[in-house]
Amino acid sequence: MIKLFPRYLISFTFLVFLQVFILNNIQLSGYINPYIYVLFILALPFETPNWALLILAFILGLTVDLFSSTIGMHCSATVFMAFIRPYVLKVISPRDGYESETLPRLKYYGASWFIKYSAILIFAHHFVLFYVEVFRLSNFFTTFTRVVLSSIFTIILVLISQYFYGKEIRR
Amino acid sequence: MRSLLNFLLRMHFLLLFILIEILSFSLLVNNNNFHKAKLVNFSRQFAGNFHTKSANLKQYFSLTKENQRLAEENNRLLNIIESTYKSDEIFFRSVNDTILNQRYRYTSARIINNSINKKHNFLTLNKGSQQGIFPEMAAISDGNIVGVVKGVSSNYSTVISVLNLDLRISSKIKKNGYFGSLSWDGKDYQSATLSEIPLHADIQIGDTIITSGFSSIFPEGIFIGFISEIEEKGGSFYEIKVKLSTDFKSLDNVSIIGNLLQTEKLELEKQIN
Repeated sequence: MIKLFPRYLISFTFLVFLQVFILNNIQLSGYINPYIYVLFILALPFETPNWALLILAFILGLTVDLFSSTIGMHCSATVFMAFIRPYVLKVISPRDGYESETLPRLKYYGASWFIKYSAILIFAHHFVLFYVEVFRLSNFFTTFTRVVLSSIFTIILVLISQYFYGKEIRR
Repeated sequence: MRSLLNFLLRMHFLLLFILIEILSFSLLVNNNNFHKAKLVNFSRQFAGNFHTKSANLKQYFSLTKENQRLAEENNRLLNIIESTYKSDEIFFRSVNDTILNQRYRYTSARIINNSINKKHNFLTLNKGSQQGIFPEMAAISDGNIVGVVKGVSSNYSTVISVLNLDLRISSKIKKNGYFGSLSWDGKDYQSATLSEIPLHADIQIGDTIITSGFSSIFPEGIFIGFISEIEEKGGSFYEIKVKLSTDFKSLDNVSIIGNLLQTEKLELEKQIN
């Protein structure tokens, strides 16, 4: 666990910077805002205690918020995502459970498992995020379209990142 | 205690989640003007609905009080407006620094006893000499004539209503100023008779009758009613039936008008006689 700490610190910093300085400036056709920084929560080890999950999510969300001056918006979404992560893991667990010494990555459990896992969590995150952002239920479907499109885009980015990550670790 | 701790331990994930979410939302609402405004708006609307409903209900219970307050407010305002002050014309070179002197003073009172079906009808008011009401003051309601104060005790006073065979009121036709004397005929509480209007006066049904202001009791221009019937009596005068604008059956609050210059005028007139 301890030896993983520096790597997660780096990935935290890298993801926040990537999100804040590059992706936040991308707004494809006014609908699509990818939020790749949630990859940090997706990639946390299976053994992470639940309370640590929530607190890490809170710190992550707050950091992104601080940089995009939307205090509280990303927090609530990431914390919600962290909250449902253990249940999602339980529901989609493979037949013989999760092996120790593995991480929730594409190369350990396969593409279909990983897509299921990331899609559910990313959709949940984006759903909360976008609805907190507009803060109303009128125009429900306009917001919903934004949620779906942005989720798809984020999932694609997360999938691409898996191949980068994989190579990095092998090295 | 132990079971409570166990419970907390078992639920720590959910509780922590709720705690952090509350924290994030409070951060969100406190730091983002849009979300803050949205939330405040929502709560205002939500609470506003309830408040409107309860206020509506409450209003019914305070209507009496409100009425009284309004009557008093009215009198305060009537005391201020210009028409209650007489204008002093200046004939001499000397400069007087008060151009306007107050001439009429208004006080509100409630009617606590009223009758309309006798030949000599009186009203009783809940204010008397201690509240500054004296005989020979005029009583009006909403700008319409009611009567003249007759007897005063320390806390009550009686008013001779217009519906009294003994009361004669100096009145005039508003449009051309012909004046006559108005009295009640003792029959109908809605009409009275105006006499002493000369035949050459141009009058029509529907003309307005107001007080003339000659009597030192009523100020000029208090509404009495409208002409409803014109009859030529033997001699050179009309006898005019007037529909009274005051509804004596539904009177509640009256204003008492005191003429501050009444004694001065009467004393001057006495010298001539």
